[in-house]
Amino acid sequence: MLEIQSLHAGVEDKEIIHGIDLKVAAGEIHVILGPNGSGKSTLMNVIMGHPKYKIMSGSMTFDGEDLASLATFERARKGLFLSFQTPEEIPGITVENMLRAAKQAVTGQTVKILQFRKQLQAMMQELKIDPSYATRYMNVGFSGGEKKRNEILQLLMLQPKLALLDETDSGLDVDAVQIVSNGVAKFHSAENACIIITHNTQILKALKVDRVHILLNGKIVSEGGNELIEEVTNNGYAKFGGGVLND
Amino acid sequence: MINMKNKTYIEDIERTLYDIKNVDRSVYKTHAGLTEEVVRDISKKKNDPAWMLDFRLKSLEVYNNLNLPTWGPDISRLNMDEIVTYVKPDAKLVGSWDEVPEDIKNTFDRLGIPNAEKQSLAGVGAQYDSEVVYHSIQKRLTDQGVVYTDMETALVEHEDIVREYFMTLVPPKDHKFAALHGAVWSGGSFVYVPAGVDVKIPLQSYFRLNAAGAGQFEHTLIVVEKGASLHFIEGCSAPKYNVTNLHAGCVELFVGEGARLRYSTIENWSRNMMNLNTKRALVEKDGLIEWVSGSFGSAVSCLYPCSVLHGEGAKCEFTGVTFASKGQNLDTGASVIHVAPHTSANINTRTISKSGGAATYRSAVKVTKAAHHAKCSVNCESLMLDDESRSDTLPVMDIEAPEADIGHEAKIGRISEDAIFYLMARGIDEQEARAMIVRGFVEPIAKELPLEYAVEMNNLITIELEGAN
Repeated sequence: MLEIQSLHAGVEDKEIIHGIDLKVAAGEIHVILGPNGSGKSTLMNVIMGHPKYKIMSGSMTFDGEDLASLATFERARKGLFLSFQTPEEIPGITVENMLRAAKQAVTGQTVKILQFRKQLQAMMQELKIDPSYATRYMNVGFSGGEKKRNEILQLLMLQPKLALLDETDSGLDVDAVQIVSNGVAKFHSAENACIIITHNTQILKALKVDRVHILLNGKIVSEGGNELIEEVTNNGYAKFGGGVLND
Repeated sequence: MINMKNKTYIEDIERTLYDIKNVDRSVYKTHAGLTEEVVRDISKKKNDPAWMLDFRLKSLEVYNNLNLPTWGPDISRLNMDEIVTYVKPDAKLVGSWDEVPEDIKNTFDRLGIPNAEKQSLAGVGAQYDSEVVYHSIQKRLTDQGVVYTDMETALVEHEDIVREYFMTLVPPKDHKFAALHGAVWSGGSFVYVPAGVDVKIPLQSYFRLNAAGAGQFEHTLIVVEKGASLHFIEGCSAPKYNVTNLHAGCVELFVGEGARLRYSTIENWSRNMMNLNTKRALVEKDGLIEWVSGSFGSAVSCLYPCSVLHGEGAKCEFTGVTFASKGQNLDTGASVIHVAPHTSANINTRTISKSGGAATYRSAVKVTKAAHHAKCSVNCESLMLDDESRSDTLPVMDIEAPEADIGHEAKIGRISEDAIFYLMARGIDEQEARAMIVRGFVEPIAKELPLEYAVEMNNLITIELEGAN
């Protein structure tokens, strides 16, 4: 599904990612762990095509198609989804209207208002989001936790092929992490895949993680299974040549 | 269909509809310029009572003694010697569209006035150049004593009311263009709502200036008596000419005790228009004035509707949107004068500038000592769509009452690239993302506009793609 080869990328002339290889297949859940500043968010933004970030060399393909030549919205329409670490506030556009516009954009089909509203309300209930939030402006006045749950709501409504979750669980209390975790579990299937960036092993409990990658100074320094999560939780990144776990 | 590689921009308002000119078939025009002879001429043509001629001549004197304002946009291109202040169309005031001359009727048809009249209005006035050519009001309202007519008719049939109120709220000495208005005013609307009458369906007057190089000086006088309520809508437009046109209207609103008046204006003048308009409301005890003001057209606009909160507990709600594009300098805002206790005001505005346009938000809030426990909150937000446009915010507050509750919030910004990225990450293309953000920005205002104008504003924010160089 996603294939990244020898990717070098950064901001303006400053290279942040120094050669990353990553392969994600349908049905898989990948976890990327790394201290702050290791390049995790940069990687997510580069995959999604944030204009601030540049690819210096290397390649990224999604379902065999070169990602670099696609605009962000085209990547979204191919099935990529980024759950933002800091979701944007968009005054004047309600959650429902934005999501409906997004659903129409990614499916290329007209979305019926009433049917969509019903679906949305059901999903909101599942994520324990107050139904009145559907008519509130996108993320305006939402708490940090509400914004994160709103990202998962979008994930579930848009049903992408590959979900990039950039610290979706950070800043949440235990109950909220559980809700988010359940949301991701609900989303995940044999047809789609997730890349999860996290500092918290709580979110991973309900999920079956296929592969863990340790990112340090813009490079993947170790790869493996759940044992790596345990190692980082207990001892930080010392073993991989980094400092203690830095949240 | 859409080439995404191209640069995007927000399109100007679609003006084709407004730019259709009729042949000037006016039956009478004064000489250009402003002299006593011109003023006497207008007065005579309009069969003014003696006191009105007197009023005009005194106003002229005031005009001649006042200087141009020293602040605000540059209006030096306005040369009063070139402005024709009175243009009488070849039409009489009638109460049936069938009797309106065809070219004029077609103009109002294109603007959707007769259609709106059928669907959503209780009365309509239509002014063409200097005179009102059509007027109607539902019988149901006249039966309740509601008067809605042109100012000329009012001056004959309701002279006592006109004489009591006319230019008492905006006296000619207020500023040079108020004096000009006093001297050459013509046309406009007169509305009288007796005590306790609730006019449930809006009335609308539309002002159309067709003649090149002319001025329009309509006077609107609305009296809403104790406990009565009214929604009045005003629209204006003109085709574009390469000479300067002038609009110096005057609006005086008297809101009685416990009365409510909603006054909605959408101004869509052409880009050769100097729009120097004065609007003021006097609100008595527990009365409410609601202004909804959209400024989209003109070369220069100076427009700051003023609310005088005169009675205890009087309220003002001001909602405004201004869109300045290439070659436009729109200086708009509001002013509120609290002179009684427990009065309150809410000012909420959005301004957008693009393609080198300049938009200024200017407001003045005055709370006198007598207005203890006054409340006023101002929220003005500006959005610049590119680097060549300009936006300024000039709020002035003068608070003399110690126990006043005053709040002010101002924001000036550009469209956030991160917000665009966020929407694009959800599959929405860049052009639509920008449009959504701009529509969202004006949304709190758009929902206050009369429906047909809200649609018009949404059209304004449709986006087009610029050709690749």
